[in-house]
Amino acid sequence: MPEQITTVQAACPECDALIAFERPPLNGQVVRCTDCSVELEVTSINPIRLEVAPEVEEDWGE
Amino acid sequence: MSFRASIVGGSGYTGGELLRLLVGHPGAEVGQVSSRRLCGEPLHRVHPNLRGHVDRLFCAPEEVEACDVLFLCMPHGKAAGEIDRWRALAPLVVDLSADFRLRSAQDYQAWYGEAHPNLAMLERAVYGLPEVSRESLPGASLISGVGCNATAMTLALLPLARAGLIKRAIADVKVGSSEAGAEPNEGSHHPVRARTARTYSASGHRHLAEVHQSLGALDLDATITAIDMVRGVLCTAHVEPTRPVEVKDLWKLYRSAYGEEPFVRVVAERRGANRLPDPRVVVGSNHADVGFAVDERSGRIIALCAVDNLVKGAAGSAVQSMNLALGRPESEGLTFPGLHPA
Repeated sequence: MPEQITTVQAACPECDALIAFERPPLNGQVVRCTDCSVELEVTSINPIRLEVAPEVEEDWGE
Repeated sequence: MSFRASIVGGSGYTGGELLRLLVGHPGAEVGQVSSRRLCGEPLHRVHPNLRGHVDRLFCAPEEVEACDVLFLCMPHGKAAGEIDRWRALAPLVVDLSADFRLRSAQDYQAWYGEAHPNLAMLERAVYGLPEVSRESLPGASLISGVGCNATAMTLALLPLARAGLIKRAIADVKVGSSEAGAEPNEGSHHPVRARTARTYSASGHRHLAEVHQSLGALDLDATITAIDMVRGVLCTAHVEPTRPVEVKDLWKLYRSAYGEEPFVRVVAERRGANRLPDPRVVVGSNHADVGFAVDERSGRIIALCAVDNLVKGAAGSAVQSMNLALGRPESEGLTFPGLHPA
């Protein structure tokens, strides 16, 4: 029997696009939004909570 | 089924871009290309990139014969006075000048300082920016070209205008030297034009009339600055919104407005060198890259759009509109993705 895939979804906090996980994500997992390309960290798994990962500015420190 | 397309006034940069696009268009047969100044000279004399691609000589305007599509690339004011003559030669005429861009005779008089010589045709022409006039283009017999700065401003602001989000906007528009055309002038002399950041229109640019026509009455002004770039327009519009918004709201608006558009790409990322639109990325392509950001302190929206002024801002939109008018696939002949690095 083929393995049944359960898809869980969460909204991207940056652009509100739905991000699908084929298996429940792990805390601390980093994913990328396919719409706005932002890098997201899973900060909670029940319920799933995503936060935008910190970015480095182009002129940081200059 | 192919169609024969000719160009009146094809020696300038816009004419050259039209030729480049038509040479690569699977349905187009390039017909005649006229130039009074270069009559009898090969096209590659002024369009060297087309050497070997189109073996043709410039003809005189009087020698242009009947064809399926006739593009007019003449100086401002010429097409309006001669439009009946050209329309007699082709069932579809696409005029790339500013002569038929405005629907209202009053607006034309106000922005161009003179009465329009052919009001009947002014009202019949369809504005050739499919993102705002797609429904009117099929079957059109006269299409007006677009202003390049207007295109960048319109596409940057369109989702915000439709959502009633613009209380007041100022567009900072940076432009390349090819906007000024192939004829030299005081501002295009190399010691003046090179390595510059020279504002030549602080407010009230004529292209604002097109933006108002496309988006409705807005509190909008623009400042146009020549920068050290050959092709390209970058519009950075600073918008005071009518209500607070977050980036997430803007994603929804821009996705909704442009999700089905073949040439408009939303570029609003947090990483990498190209997080927001850059005209260099769209050089040679018919893409319009739009992006946005929100200043969390003031609530100001920053809306951007980058286009190649000669393609999406002129010849590309003209070919896209022609495709729609002829019932052909909208993207036909326009799939070149641009260069990187350029």
